[in-house]
Amino acid sequence: MNLTTKYLGLTIKNPLVPSASPLSKSVSIARELEDNGAAAIIMWSLFEEAITAESESMVRFLHQQDTGFAEISDGFLPAHQDFDNALDQYLEHIRKLKEALEIPVIASLNGVTPSGWIKHATDLQQAGADALELNVYYVAGDIGQTGAQVEERYLSLLRELRGHVQIPINMKLSSAFSSVGNMVSRLAAAGANGVALFNRFYQPDIDIQGLRLQSTLRPSTSAEILLAMRWIAILHGRHEGLSLGATGGVHTAEDAIKLLLAGADVVHLCSVLLQKGPAYTALILTGIQDWMTEQGFESVDDFRGRVSALTVPNPAEFERANYLNVLDSYSISSGVRV
Amino acid sequence: MSHTSMATLDGNEAAAYVAHMTNEVIAIYPITPSSNMGEWADEWSSLGVKNLWGTVPDVVEMQSEAGAAGAIHGALQGGSLATTFTASQGLLLMIPNMYKIAGELSPVVFHVSARSLAAQGLSIFGDHADVMACRATGYAMLCGASVQEAMDFALIAQAATLESRLPFLHFFDGFRTSHEVAKIERLPVETIRAMIDDDLVKACRTRALNPDHPILRGTSQNPDVYFQGRETVNLHYSRTPAIVQGVMDRFAKLTGRQYGLFEYVGAPDAERVILLMGSGIGAAEETVDHLVAHGEKVGMLKVRLFRPFDPSYLLAALPVTATRIAVLDRTKEPGSDGEPLYKDVLTALAQAHAGGDLATMPRVIGGRYGLSSKEFTPGMVKGVFDELTRDKPKNQFTIGIIDDLTHTSLDWDPTFRPDVTKGVTACVFYGLGSDGTVSANKNSIKIIAEETPNYGQGYFEYDSKKAGAMTISHLRFGAHPINSTYLIGNDEASFVACHQPTFLTRYDMLDKARKGGVFLLNSATPSDQVWNELPRKMQQTMIEKELSFYVIDAYGIAAATGMGRRINTIMQTCFFAISGILPRDEAIAHIKTAVKKTYGKKGQALLERNNQAIDATLAGLHQVTLNGTVTSTFDRPPVVPDDAPEFVHKVTATLLAGLGNQLPVSLMPVDGTWPTGTTRFEKRNLALKLPLWDEALCSQCGKCPLVCPHAAIRAKVFPAELAANAPAGFRHVAMKGKDFPEGHRIAYQIAPDDCTGCGLCADVCPIRDRTDPSHKALDMVEATEIHDAEQANWDFFLTLPEFDRASLDPSKIKHAMMMQPLFEFSGACVGCGETPYIKLATQLFGDRMLVANATGCSSIYGGNLPTTPYTTNPEGRGPSWNNSLFEDNAEFGLGIRLAVDKQTEQARELLTQLASQIGGELVEGLLSADQSSEAGIHDQRERVAALKEKIKGLDTPEARTLAAICEQLVKRSVWIIGGDGWAYDIGYGGVDHVLASGRNVNLLILDTEVYSNTGGQKSKATPMGAVAKFAAGGKPTFKKDLAMMAMAYENAYVAQVSFGAKDVQTVRAFLEAESYDGPSVIIAYSPCIAHGVDLSNNLRQQDMAVNSGHWSLFRYDPRRAAKGENPLLMDSKPPSIPYRDFVASETRFSLLNRTHPEAAERYLQLAQKHVQTHFTLYEQLAHLAVQKSSVPPTE
Repeated sequence: MNLTTKYLGLTIKNPLVPSASPLSKSVSIARELEDNGAAAIIMWSLFEEAITAESESMVRFLHQQDTGFAEISDGFLPAHQDFDNALDQYLEHIRKLKEALEIPVIASLNGVTPSGWIKHATDLQQAGADALELNVYYVAGDIGQTGAQVEERYLSLLRELRGHVQIPINMKLSSAFSSVGNMVSRLAAAGANGVALFNRFYQPDIDIQGLRLQSTLRPSTSAEILLAMRWIAILHGRHEGLSLGATGGVHTAEDAIKLLLAGADVVHLCSVLLQKGPAYTALILTGIQDWMTEQGFESVDDFRGRVSALTVPNPAEFERANYLNVLDSYSISSGVRV
Repeated sequence: MSHTSMATLDGNEAAAYVAHMTNEVIAIYPITPSSNMGEWADEWSSLGVKNLWGTVPDVVEMQSEAGAAGAIHGALQGGSLATTFTASQGLLLMIPNMYKIAGELSPVVFHVSARSLAAQGLSIFGDHADVMACRATGYAMLCGASVQEAMDFALIAQAATLESRLPFLHFFDGFRTSHEVAKIERLPVETIRAMIDDDLVKACRTRALNPDHPILRGTSQNPDVYFQGRETVNLHYSRTPAIVQGVMDRFAKLTGRQYGLFEYVGAPDAERVILLMGSGIGAAEETVDHLVAHGEKVGMLKVRLFRPFDPSYLLAALPVTATRIAVLDRTKEPGSDGEPLYKDVLTALAQAHAGGDLATMPRVIGGRYGLSSKEFTPGMVKGVFDELTRDKPKNQFTIGIIDDLTHTSLDWDPTFRPDVTKGVTACVFYGLGSDGTVSANKNSIKIIAEETPNYGQGYFEYDSKKAGAMTISHLRFGAHPINSTYLIGNDEASFVACHQPTFLTRYDMLDKARKGGVFLLNSATPSDQVWNELPRKMQQTMIEKELSFYVIDAYGIAAATGMGRRINTIMQTCFFAISGILPRDEAIAHIKTAVKKTYGKKGQALLERNNQAIDATLAGLHQVTLNGTVTSTFDRPPVVPDDAPEFVHKVTATLLAGLGNQLPVSLMPVDGTWPTGTTRFEKRNLALKLPLWDEALCSQCGKCPLVCPHAAIRAKVFPAELAANAPAGFRHVAMKGKDFPEGHRIAYQIAPDDCTGCGLCADVCPIRDRTDPSHKALDMVEATEIHDAEQANWDFFLTLPEFDRASLDPSKIKHAMMMQPLFEFSGACVGCGETPYIKLATQLFGDRMLVANATGCSSIYGGNLPTTPYTTNPEGRGPSWNNSLFEDNAEFGLGIRLAVDKQTEQARELLTQLASQIGGELVEGLLSADQSSEAGIHDQRERVAALKEKIKGLDTPEARTLAAICEQLVKRSVWIIGGDGWAYDIGYGGVDHVLASGRNVNLLILDTEVYSNTGGQKSKATPMGAVAKFAAGGKPTFKKDLAMMAMAYENAYVAQVSFGAKDVQTVRAFLEAESYDGPSVIIAYSPCIAHGVDLSNNLRQQDMAVNSGHWSLFRYDPRRAAKGENPLLMDSKPPSIPYRDFVASETRFSLLNRTHPEAAERYLQLAQKHVQTHFTLYEQLAHLAVQKSSVPPTE
């Protein structure tokens, strides 16, 4: 059985790729993921704001701790020695993961402005990253901003990044575009090697006791894959050489199979691994293999995109599926003369 | 001689360096001023720094110093080289083990930064009271007098203990030596290696407990042999002095520094000689050198080895010509006829004289000096020498204070300075604790000491307040090592800097300036106008002393260059630019190098900002030309208002003016009793922004007074007619709701001079203007815009009566916040997470509250002089407060309860006995009073007043007894308050016992999850993965679940609260705990700056702690169990945000990501899992069905 997949120009052993998460922070967990079948690993995201804010807060709390109170003359936190900053450590971690793993290691950058930090991409490449994922985590809260401006932000970041690195670049996108397909096309034209659909935004909640906002994180559920599935099905086969990654809500082998049928090159795993542990990768992989055996598929390519917009009889179903389903119940069989 | 390198460090680091290098097990516990030694050891071990034998010492924090001593005893019996660091009460806790360790002849060195003991009051500063309490333990005692000696003697003690087998107490003066920064020769590793004999180390291993070669120690001995057994060690003691001298001689060969057990300096034919040990030697040696150079026959004997005390070495070192001797002790033994060193010297001389070894018995006097780091100056040394010239010199004298009570004190000339000080450049800097003045000065010393051949010395005066603390840095530089172990005095400083313009009207800084010196002022006022900002006296002094005057707008430059409010690099640049200690360009290059070293890895932007600030400083520094005329129209205002009480005028005001050293003995309270309610006289005016109340928008919820850490925003309800005399700007509005009488008004009023500007009140305010969401019912505005008007408003507000407590419902926050806080304006940090809880308790119960307070932050802001925050209501009632120790607070509070209960019981017995004389109805009322409400308590107070009147006329012993105790018939509320260091660690045994006692006490545990007051050391409350001192590699274990342990007793009320997350639950918990007739414990989440968060985010952090599951809210009430209900109620919901988000928001956690990233991630994963399972466990407990008894009731 051949599970190999082409992803961002790399050939990987199967289509399961754990997405950016803290699991990659531990070399041993990363190795466990590899041992359980992960075909590549996307490191946790290096946040633009985090690099800046952390530097500022470290300076604030480590070098500016003076209190003037006799018993706390040296401040509170033990930090007499210098230590690496977030970027240094990230680079070091790439090296460690590359040493420890055989699967590709994909670095992840998260930012919203093309400021100096994006230059760090060169460092990531030098440290041995096989590819880069750019996660533009941007909520257009400014209502004066047009959709075109938001889109341009993505494109300019990609161009800036492309100018710094030669390794493949994957763009992780949110679903909040007026025309996702068109956006993906433009990204492909601007040099993206792949897209991951879709990013999940943290949603703020309201604390009714304190009458204020509070952040929440609810793990994804399988129900969420349908969003990515639609767009992957629509985009499958439209852009030569552009990898399609499905992310958000993959919890079971069935979820993964559906996405592959829709045309995904890879399926990203996150919440499920955080909840059930790295070894769960193997279970999903086995599930895919069992299903392939049952269905008689020899390779992933045999069924990838079988239920995409290119292959289904009525591609419009991916666009107005539920609506059409409703209409279908009123339509007469084509075999019946009326 | 080995190659040496110079280092600039303090005494603690110097001693810890040797201790870490020469030991393998280090048991530690925080106590000022020794904590830094343990912190260094822990940090070095976490970085993998190895000892002489190539292994990283195991550094273990214990639950107390007693625990540390026990662990050391065990490690020694296990055959290890072990050490510990401590001071003061901590050393006292080690004493029991010290006897054991000495009795078993186990080599070990305890490094002690000697500190005062708590007696009439606690003091963190230096003297020898603690080490003197150990002189009977059998430890050898070796005293270093300087930073260099702290390092050298640490090694000499280590070598000598191995050779002699006597345990050593190596001590040096707390703060003066432990915290003095000096340029010294660092002992090279090869020197340390050469001093430690591995055969002696091996001997420790062979003496160890070992099942392969079993032995037994620790027998219980009987009258037949114990005495003889004690005498077996004599030979070890008698030969130790020679061993120590031998070690010192070997050390001298390696380093060139020769020490002696007693070292004499001075005229070979000296007639007058003083003896002392410790840092006072520095001032004394300068004085002796000066006097000898001026032809006086004086000398000094430096005492190094105090135990075993060897008279033969003493006699050999003392010139035979000495006929008058003064022995100086830095300790006091009340009731003794002389202090220890004096008595030892006197005995040695008398014995020698009686034995014929000393022809003439000199006249020997003894005296006390320098208690609690009291200044000991050359003038005082000279005063002692002068006394020795008198016919009948005073014995048991004091020097350094004015004793007008028993007249022990000697006079001295405060202006006397030895010639050597003339060659020294002295500089004094006045700064705020938070403005970084001290760290910049430490950096300057490093630059000068390490980049030039000059020697440098830095000593720093700190504040007793945490918010708005003032620091005074004393820096000296010179071509020779600096032995001036005293502050820079009047007319000495060639450079005086004022880093905060607000100090101009508070302190007389220019008294320190020498003629022709420089005064540097940070002020936003342009240089051509700044002269008129100075008070008259200051102008006068500048003219008289012909000072050069420079001004810089440091805050302006900081803001313009993106440095925020960080001015220290700017002020440091000015210092180098003006002082000329180094060529200007060279100095600037050094500052930039230091900046690069600090910020280089943190990001280019930070580096550039600092460099821009340095360059802008040179452009912005201006010299002001003095025209020689005093033009100012104002002087420094009085320190306290005219209407302050006499004691405040005489004593408190003097302390506030920084002149406490001038107070004579007669003005001190004799038994440590100080007046309460004095913080209101200390008007500190710290806030840059103040809250402004919009009365029309306000919903009157009461949240703002609840969260205010300093009780600087208050609520009062009052009849409308009282507003008639209010100042025009006084804001008040009709009271909403039906709970209050018609026509009443409410005011939320700030105390502008007492507000610290933390902004929590505005943060918590839930009411936004619908038309302008940026506007709330409380907005922070520039202080200058409203300060004066609010001051008038506050003065008026204070004249308004307090609302009748009895008609308030304290379970409603709005009502509770109308109760007067009886804890106000403390010196706690800006945004403190602890004080709102204490303030709340005083609002609810303060007028009948007794407080036992564990040592820690809450005892420091609760009872640190000069002013104290516990205060009284208009009837004169308020909390009565005491701090016993750190370790015994629960027991101390229980003792107070026992006293109250016993007296109440006796009062009730006497009431019954005297019922016929007092009147049955009154007695019945008193005995059956329901005091469960404010109204009930009020009625009982009325009855007690009536009772007092009644028994006035009864002249019987019973009546007199009843008169003395009848106030106890009013319900007392006993509160045992302290931090997590106390409750989880050192005092846990007592907490446990008090909970088990069933007595009616209320424990309030202010859980900052770290030893806050001593600077942030790990406690058992510290969460997993948090970095703290003593846990530089992150805490590897979970936080102790104290609540669960308390609930296990089933008879205790237990609540876990967090006012920033759920204020209503906090108030309920306080009311329930207090009303429960048994032990109650409230564990209160208290964000602290030690967490690495700015406390303007205090409330957010509490919220995140609760929402992430880090801090669950619940109440366990045994009364519910008694009613057949589940006693546990959960008040918070399951974790709703990732623990990672909480952790990411606090530097205590995120720091570990930078230093130990893999461990950080591992801990985070474990902690995430833990908070979930932990919450589930609690929730399951809260939902357990209460079992009905299966045992049928018996007849």
